[in-house]
Amino acid sequence: MRRRPLAADVAVLALLTLYAVPFLWQLLTSFKPEAELLRVPPLWPSRLTLEHYGVVFAQSAMPRALANSLAVGVLTTLLGCALGVPAAYAMATLRVPGAGALMLGIVASTAFPQIATVSPLYLVMRGLGLRDTWAALVLADASFALPFVIWLMTRFMREIPRELSEAAALDGAGRWLTLLKIHLPLTAPGLASVALLTFLFAWNEFLFAFTFTATEASRTVPVALALFPGVFEVPWGDIAAASILASVPPVLIVVLLQRWLVRGLLAGSLTE
Amino acid sequence: MTGRERQDRRAAIAFVAPAVVVLAALTAGPALWVFWLSLRERLPVFGVDRLTGLGHYAFLATDARFWSAFRVTIIFTIASVALELVLGLGVALALRGQRVGRRSALSLLLLAWALPGVVTARVFEWLYYPAGGFVNVILGAPLNWLGSPTLALPALIVADVWRTMPFVALFCYARLLTIPAAVYEAAAVDGASRSATFRFVTLPLLGPVLLVTLLFRTLDALRAFDLMFVLTGGGPAGMTETLTVYAYRSLFQTLRLGFGSAIGVVVFLLVMLVAAAYLRVLRRQDATA
Repeated sequence: MRRRPLAADVAVLALLTLYAVPFLWQLLTSFKPEAELLRVPPLWPSRLTLEHYGVVFAQSAMPRALANSLAVGVLTTLLGCALGVPAAYAMATLRVPGAGALMLGIVASTAFPQIATVSPLYLVMRGLGLRDTWAALVLADASFALPFVIWLMTRFMREIPRELSEAAALDGAGRWLTLLKIHLPLTAPGLASVALLTFLFAWNEFLFAFTFTATEASRTVPVALALFPGVFEVPWGDIAAASILASVPPVLIVVLLQRWLVRGLLAGSLTE
Repeated sequence: MTGRERQDRRAAIAFVAPAVVVLAALTAGPALWVFWLSLRERLPVFGVDRLTGLGHYAFLATDARFWSAFRVTIIFTIASVALELVLGLGVALALRGQRVGRRSALSLLLLAWALPGVVTARVFEWLYYPAGGFVNVILGAPLNWLGSPTLALPALIVADVWRTMPFVALFCYARLLTIPAAVYEAAAVDGASRSATFRFVTLPLLGPVLLVTLLFRTLDALRAFDLMFVLTGGGPAGMTETLTVYAYRSLFQTLRLGFGSAIGVVVFLLVMLVAAAYLRVLRRQDATA
């Protein structure tokens, strides 16, 4: 194909910046003085302020929610990988009884709607006495993400040549050792993608979190943001600041860990 | 079975067992249990828990609110997915030749996709705010986007397209990058015009990816919940109430676990119908590959 002119590249970047305007507007709003929020135009405020962030940190449930979300996200990722990676290893390298049916079930369950499983899960969590705890969210989120983890990791591990694990077996390495010393290092980039997507899912997840939590003790960021209080008027500036805080991990992932994010997304769905 | 094979089998079972137990307890179990729940009248507040058989489904068949939610779900799904596919394809084509700032371009694009749905809802709530919201300031019109029965659903669809189009664009873009330049050179040698090249070369090569993306996005649109629940809450007057929102309200606001589960089952069946189509397409692709 012909090389296209630099101007076209700049135009595409400008258009994509326009595409991000809804978020950028929220970002600008979070730094606007209260009195100028509804006084537009002009679009740009007379000065920028941190007062909304001050309110969010000092007077809202967000600080606690950020801690809850971080914990739930990390624990969900760890549990999902701890359960999913050994299963994927077995599916990829060992003869698992009923492997075909199991894989079909796993792929099918990635399509399960949360709204259908949320009522039985609610009864399970209530029965286990886990309502309003991190554990309820970690269990629900990890089990929801688990089929993705197994499916993706199985695909990645299938790409490792059989000779390598056979050589390891000849050297007397047990299966756990083979998994740890050969399969895990060789699929590390894939595992990073899977872990990233699992964390992002848990960070963004709303339906389970809204249903299984009851107080600030376990409410995650999306729940706190959905319930963000306004007494007489909607505190747009404070909500904007809270939204920006809720967006920090996704933004960091998109900007700094983009390669792994994209790889995981594409591997999850493209039939190569 | 030799001793070695038996040992292999035991090892395989040990590796998959923890995952299978968790999936059975927290995914497959609930997925079956919800069918059973949907056959019961279960009102935890009043301590009611009895079998009603297909009573909830019989009620839904004549429930105007259910059919409204069904209609909204279908309109939302078709409109969102169609717009995402067209726009996503356009963005992918625009990005294909990008040489400068490719990473930044992808960051700007994927940002909308990666945000929590609740953030997107809050962002658009503010954009649509009638008195001083960004959209009305730009348009110079005092429209009540989320409060108007005619505008609310389109406004919701726009927010959903904003958040999910990047997913489609990324997939198409990734596929475009794998098409060898030689294919286009051949088309150029044959004197094919730009539109002919797009129609007879690019589009057929994108076909499988578009199909997979279409089905993926349809699944997600049918299951969508957080955006509409927070942005419009199903309002005004139920104009944006999808099946998921109706199910949630029945389950946890009017606390009718059996009835809400029945609506959840309907969503489940809709999704499985689309998923079955997806698996068939995948299998056909594997067969032809």
